[in-house]
This record gives sequence, structure tokens and C-alpha cells, in this order.
Amino acid sequence: MMGKKLFAATIGAGFMSVSVQAADVEVIHWWTSGGEQKAVTVLAEEFDKLGKDKWADTAVALGENARALTMQRILGGDAPGAAQFNTSRQFEELIEEGLLLDLSPVAEKEGWKSFIRPSSILNPCMKDGGIYCVPINIHSNQWLWTNKKVFADVGVKEPHTWKEFLAVAPKIREAGYIPLALGGQGWQERHLFDVVLIGVTDKEFWKRLWKDKSVDAAGSEQMRTVFETFGALRNFIDEGSPGRNWNDATNMVITGKAAAQVMGDWARGEFAAAGEVAEVDYGCIPGPAKRPSLTLGGDAFIFPKTSDKALEAAQMKMASMMLSPYIQAKFNNAKGSLPVRGDVDLDVADACMKKGLALLDDPEATMAPANAYITEDTNGQIQDLVSTFWNEPSMSVDSALKIFKGIIEDAE
Amino acid sequence: MEETMATSVKASKPRRAKRIQISSLIASVPMAVVAIGVFVVCVGYSVMLSFTKSRLFPNFKWVGFDQYERLWGTSRWLVSVENVFLYGVLFIALCLVSGFFMAVFLDQKVRFESGFRTLFLYPYAMSLVVTGLVWQWMMEPSLGIQNVVQRMGWESFEFAPLVSSEYAIYGVLIAAVWQSSGLVMALMLAGLRGIDGEIWKAARVDGIPTWKTYLFIVLPMMRPVMITSVVLLAVGVVRVYDLIVAQTGGGPGMATEMPAKFVIDYITVRSNVGLGMAAATMMLLPVLLVIGPWIYREYVRPTKH
Repeated sequence: MMGKKLFAATIGAGFMSVSVQAADVEVIHWWTSGGEQKAVTVLAEEFDKLGKDKWADTAVALGENARALTMQRILGGDAPGAAQFNTSRQFEELIEEGLLLDLSPVAEKEGWKSFIRPSSILNPCMKDGGIYCVPINIHSNQWLWTNKKVFADVGVKEPHTWKEFLAVAPKIREAGYIPLALGGQGWQERHLFDVVLIGVTDKEFWKRLWKDKSVDAAGSEQMRTVFETFGALRNFIDEGSPGRNWNDATNMVITGKAAAQVMGDWARGEFAAAGEVAEVDYGCIPGPAKRPSLTLGGDAFIFPKTSDKALEAAQMKMASMMLSPYIQAKFNNAKGSLPVRGDVDLDVADACMKKGLALLDDPEATMAPANAYITEDTNGQIQDLVSTFWNEPSMSVDSALKIFKGIIEDAE
Repeated sequence: MEETMATSVKASKPRRAKRIQISSLIASVPMAVVAIGVFVVCVGYSVMLSFTKSRLFPNFKWVGFDQYERLWGTSRWLVSVENVFLYGVLFIALCLVSGFFMAVFLDQKVRFESGFRTLFLYPYAMSLVVTGLVWQWMMEPSLGIQNVVQRMGWESFEFAPLVSSEYAIYGVLIAAVWQSSGLVMALMLAGLRGIDGEIWKAARVDGIPTWKTYLFIVLPMMRPVMITSVVLLAVGVVRVYDLIVAQTGGGPGMATEMPAKFVIDYITVRSNVGLGMAAATMMLLPVLLVIGPWIYREYVRPTKH
């Protein structure tokens, strides 16, 4: 017994010099744009201030790449200290296989369940009494960002529905502006599709489609309108769209090359970083829809299980830090997202953030994102379909509808 | 050469020959372990997983041929297969042609030969990710080559293959050929230098024009070099992944999707190992059925004579 302790002490002493190394927490995330970088720097700096543990940054462009890397690293036995995911079913299997650190000790001590709102944002983290992720922000996807100057120059009103958009877009085009800035990457095309989907249907339809996986809804006339409206938007992008990053598309709106972009509220970070003022230089329209609804998704961090006690302590510390009121305010201001706790000081909120907050308070106007209900496999199939439909105008709405119905039929 | 040495050793010292066999047996154990462990067991495991309902993690819930059924009903897979055939045939053909021409050019005893050689081989030293990115920028319509030429006055000039579903695959092809033809050049040059000078002299005496000598005499003599080049290029075709990811991400739409990307996407992001493995197995099949026997015929059998 004594020998064992002595042995441990010697080893411990031997590793003293590298103990700083041992408590380096490598964090994989996909925050690479200007606004996002500012936000992640907040986290890194504040974490480094807390003690000897260091934040080791691994930024990977594109969420799907970052998530794939994380999965591979965990499966390969070389797990990072923490990794970003969306608040969704993306990491469900990691929890089931017992690969993630249970954060319950910290969560119970600090009473996460009492202050995280809305409660749906914590649901994907919980399984069998354990808490396996830290939701860090709330994002809503359904926003149309506009350049006020372009609209004034063309002399048209900013559209509040997709019908209105399709009506003004030709005029914008004639005036020499690109009506819609879009990055032609799979996820962005899918994002636009989802925004059109909720814009032309309603919350009930959204639920029937994604939550109940209703085949009737998937093959309905409403769905046909969605595909038709989505397809009509193809005429209003520029030819350089394929492969473009979302923040480059946002930049087209900022610089006045393009009139509008459909993007989540994280685009606000880019406008802010460019020194633009909300509702003065740029506009934000929730929806566009007759009755705008926002999905409440966001980012969450998971912490892979480790046998390294020092690392585990650092992970717990990081988890706790991410939810502290101070960090929540500072981080979400930089990021352009909403804090997950209601008791955060928000006088800094700009006009666009206030619009979002007002909608958040109305339970009728919020819902869970599609990927809270469907698996990544189904999600990927839909993305493939949407992306093909978008890029191949020869594909008929009928065949797209048929494939879409088939995917929903097989969805788990 | 080896055979003759082995037989001569056998003839003179039969006892020592046996010891050599045992030691060579021992020496080849690590190789055998790797070969069986990596190739047979891992490949077998992958094939087995393709018959299961594995999602992110491998499991053994058998589903028979369900994954294959879904695979061949998935339009993305069908597009990938079509793409890899088109890409593969054109890539190998273009690399061979351009590599051969570059080698012939260098074979003319040009000045600064080593300079040219470095220049031609340089792209091959570059990673495919870098290659993809650089070509992506050059093919960008509003910043790249198209923009430059248009601004110089040629307004109707169009060169932006990556933004059209129809031509994107050719954009990828250009980058790939640019990257790999240097390798073929190096192999071909070595082959050309290995041709006996007497043959050239004989051809010249017979009054055969140079291009005819290259085409009908030298080229057939370089068969082994050609085969090596084709095998190396074919391997590059099957595993084409990083170039696609860097240059187009498989887009626009699914225009440049490839089987290897399909496999990786499904076993990582899309959490469907079963389907990914079914696709991987389908990638293995042509290798086993076509390339295997062909390599056997070209490489393994002749040494037995």
C-alpha cells in the first residue's frame, strides 16, 4: 500500500514539470469568422485567467468538418478536452456509449436546471439523469439581413414575406445589385430551405413534419409551395455563389454588393465587427413570414471522458465557467447570440437583438430546430436532396417532393 | 536474378539453403502479420459491418443486404460512381499524354533540363489540399482568371467551371492533372533514358522520322513504365478525396461527389457506418475483380518464367 503511494508520488513528481501540459484543455470548434473569433477569444482568455489550466484552441472551418474530426478523435482514443456541437441529436450516440463526461456534480451544485431557459435547450444534454453537455447560447436561424442603403437606392420596401421578396427581387436585380447573397455550400442551401419552409407554412406544419415525421405533410400541397418558392430564389443569386462561406456572403450585404442574405442571428456578429449599426445601416427581418417564428437551437459543448484527473477537473471548471452570468453576457454579445440564462444583463442589446428577445418571450413564436428531431443520417439525406434541387434547375418539383416524402417515410 | 542465385546456392550448399528459408520465414512474419491483420481482417470486418445496422458505432444487428439496397437507391452514390468513372478515365489518359510529352521534351537534351524537371515535378510535391484551394481561387468567377481576362478587355471570356454543375468535374480534373502529370513525366523520362541508344541509331539509319520512332518503337518498349504509371494514377483516382474537399466540397449540389467522400461522410458526420461500409465494399469490388487479376497477369505471372 505504502509502496503504491510512494510510486504514485514519484510519478506525480516526475510529471510535475508537465502538469501544465496535462491540464491543457483542447477545444475543437468551428468558430472561424471574424465575429466568431472575437467570441471564442472571450472564452479562451477568461478560462486562462481562472488558473493554471490553458485553453488550447483547435478551430476547424465548417461545422460538419469539426464534428467529424471530433467523432474520429473520440473513437480513435485521442479525444479532445472539449468540443462544440449544435444543441441537437448530433452527439446522442456518444452519450449512449458512455464516452462523455457526466457534468451532473457541477450542474447540481450550480442548479443549471433552474436557470437555463428555455428548458428545451437543455433537453438534448440530458439522458438517464446525467447531464452531458453545456448549452452556451441560443441561436435563431430565421433572419433576413438587409442593406438599408441598397433598398433605399432601388426605392423598394424591405420584404416581410417570401412573396414580397420575389416581387421586389427583379427590381433590385435591374438596379444592378445582387438580390440575395448566398454561399453555395450544402448547409447554407439547407438553411435557406428551412427558412423558406417555415416562412411559407407555419409552426404546426413544422412540428408535424419534423417531430411526427408525417408523410402526409411531406407530400402535401404546402410542401409543394415550399419547393416552388425555394426554386424561384435561384434566379436571384450571383454566379460566384457555389462554395462561398457564409461570412463572405454577409460581407456582400455589408459592402452593398448584395441587397439581402438569409442567415442565422450569428450574422449580426459580422455586421457589428464591421462597425455597422442595427436598423440604421442594416436591417433584420425575422422570418420572412406573415407570422415570424424562430427556432431555438444553439451551440453546446461536450466534454469527452478522460482518465486524467487534472484534465477532468479543468473540464468541470470550463463547463461551469461557460454558464457563469459574466461570461454569458460577454460571450453572447460578441457572438451575436442570446444567453441561455435569463438573469443576464442585456442593456447592451442592439435593435436586432431586442427583436429576437421579444419573439423569444412569446412561446407561440418559437420552436425547436429540425435536427432536434431527426438523426444526422436523415438530415444528411435532406441536405443532399435540397442541394441537388437547388443546383439543378432541371429537377422537377414533383420528383423532389417524391424523394422528400421517401426520406421522411424512412426517418427514425 | 534472385531465382538464379537461390538455385545456385541450393545446388552447392543444400543445408545452408534450408537455414536461409527458416530465417527468411522469420523475417517475413511481421509482414505477414501486417498483411493478414490489416488487409484481410480489417477488410473482412468492414465488409461484415456493411451487413449490419451500425450507426456511429459498429454493432452487429444484421440487416442482410438492406444497406446495399439503400446505397444503390441513393442518388448521391450513383452520381459519385458516375463521377469517378468519368474523372478516372480522363485523369489517367490526360496524365499519360501530358507526362509523355513533357518527358519527350526533356529528352531532347534541352538547356536547363534540371530546371524544367523541377518545374514539372514541383506540383506533385504540393499537397492536394493546397492544390485544390489554389485552383479554387483561380477558377472563382469574380476574382480569378475569368475576372482578370475580362478586365483586360475580353468581356465575353468565361472560365469558371466550378460554379456550374455541368463543368465542375472538369475543373477538378484540371487541378488533378496539373498536380500529377509531373510524376508521370519523371517515370517516363526514366523509361526514355533506359532505351538503348543503338535503337535510336538503327531507326535513324533506316530513315524513320523521330515522332514515328517515339510512337511505334519507343512507346511499346516502355510498357512496364506505362503500367506503373497507370497503377499509381488509378490508386489516386480511387482515393480522390482531399482535392474534392478543398476545391468544391462535392458541390455545386452533388456535381463533384466521389465514392471516397461518400464513405468518409457517412462514417463520420452522417453517423451511418453500415451504409458507409457498404459503399466501401463496393469500392473494393472493382479493385478485386479487375485490377487484381490484371496486376497478377502483368507482374506476378511473368516472374515465374
